[in-house]
Amino acid sequence: MSGNLLQVEDLRVTFPTRTGAIEAVRGVSFSLGRERLGIVGESGSGKSQTGRAIMQLTPPQAKVSAKKLSFDGIDLLTASAAERRALRGKRIAMILQDPKYSLDPVMTIGRQIVETLRTHEKVGRAEARERTLAMLEAVQIRDPKRVFDLHPHEVSGGMGQRAMIAMMLIAGPELMIADEPTSALDVTVQLDVLAILDKLVSERGMGLIFISHDLRLVSSFCDRVIVMYAGKVVEQLKASELSNAQHPYTRGLLNCMPRIGDDRHPLPVLERKPEWAA
Amino acid sequence: MTPALTIDRLNVVFDRFRALKDVSLEVQRGESFGLVGESGSGKSTLLRSVAGLVPVASGSISLDGQILGRRRDKAFYRQVQMVFQDPYGSLHPRQTVDRLLQEPLAIHNFSDGEQRIRRALDEVGLGSGFRFRYSHQLSGGQRQRVAIARALILEPSILLLDEPTSALDASVQAEVLNLLEQVRRDRNLTFLMVSHDLAIVTHMCDRLMVMQNGEGLESLDASALAARRVTRDYTRNLLTASEGFVRT
Repeated sequence: MSGNLLQVEDLRVTFPTRTGAIEAVRGVSFSLGRERLGIVGESGSGKSQTGRAIMQLTPPQAKVSAKKLSFDGIDLLTASAAERRALRGKRIAMILQDPKYSLDPVMTIGRQIVETLRTHEKVGRAEARERTLAMLEAVQIRDPKRVFDLHPHEVSGGMGQRAMIAMMLIAGPELMIADEPTSALDVTVQLDVLAILDKLVSERGMGLIFISHDLRLVSSFCDRVIVMYAGKVVEQLKASELSNAQHPYTRGLLNCMPRIGDDRHPLPVLERKPEWAA
Repeated sequence: MTPALTIDRLNVVFDRFRALKDVSLEVQRGESFGLVGESGSGKSTLLRSVAGLVPVASGSISLDGQILGRRRDKAFYRQVQMVFQDPYGSLHPRQTVDRLLQEPLAIHNFSDGEQRIRRALDEVGLGSGFRFRYSHQLSGGQRQRVAIARALILEPSILLLDEPTSALDASVQAEVLNLLEQVRRDRNLTFLMVSHDLAIVTHMCDRLMVMQNGEGLESLDASALAARRVTRDYTRNLLTASEGFVRT
């Protein structure tokens, strides 16, 4: 289960500001095998920066340090730019929140996916096109030939996010980082996209890091959940044991969502205690 | 008793696209009414048509029995105020909170501005410490509180809420929803609230309408929805979807 695909030990991400350095991620450690791991927290808890540090997408002014940050035995901190480029997109892929901003607006969807494929593999044009169409079909786009030639603004959010998933999966990555992949989508479309992601991840035996602020959604989707607060991991637990969560922050996150059929007025509000961040 | 808001066979057309098709609804005074549906179902268009932000092709909207004309007058906006979805887009980035709140007061010639601003900020739980800050110095939840304060400062009787919490974290969402419930209780406000989240609408509203493709599909009580007494398959799908991901 756990262990060898990705190892993170004491990860820290620091941003310099005018008023001194701000540590967005403060000593996060976890390891990941071929499983689904959820990272949950509020805005500013450092969950996205953790994902970005693994993907090496931290802004240049920020400093990343860790005792260990290795992917399949490769030390990501000391890897050269070329080595990292070879990993990124090929073996580690990332799905971002909003397809409106993460897809190239002036390139057709098909060309963007072909570009990813041909960057990482030596394939001819015709074969690349074939594989792209097959991938678009795998993410349940009904008319892949038509969508291939569309620009991102011509498709809906759900369709754009499927195209994004197709693009990330085409090179056959071993680790997928999904940063709020469904937050910009409708509830019904959300479930379709999650079902596609779930199927492809389990079929291909990928490791998945699912970053979200929705604890309920994450727990229904992942095997294990890490809860982050103020740049630290406050609790780590199995998704199935979420109802036995010990930390008041985790319990607060669980309770603050309105649910159909229960009558709680006012809703319980999260109390944030300074000692959690210590 | 005349309903606070009546919408009768409303049609909205953008070029050749019919965004709303013969939608009718009635909202009683003091009631909280929800509109649910997926993107493109017309729920926001319906809300914006009440606020006079989209051209109405046919049908009528009436407030306290008075049919509204094409142009809304000042008195209308004293009575009806709107809170928008994205607090990052709906506040002027170069104006302080104080300036933002003075704008509606200046438009409506209020003289006791000072007092009202202080009270409005207190009411939304911000306090006067936030008064001279810019919106970029505030978090998403604080911004939405400012937007609510701006809507409340004119003491309207109807509040139009367009996905007021969808840009916020789950934990902050609870705070804003509680705030909205409290001001509604305190001031006996009428809410017309749009959301794509059934759980939020059943939590906040007494009655709701499910919309799809610009049509009102089904109107029902929140309690009926909670008891799963729904007649349309589409509503049933929404209900299943709101229960979260289930591995098949």
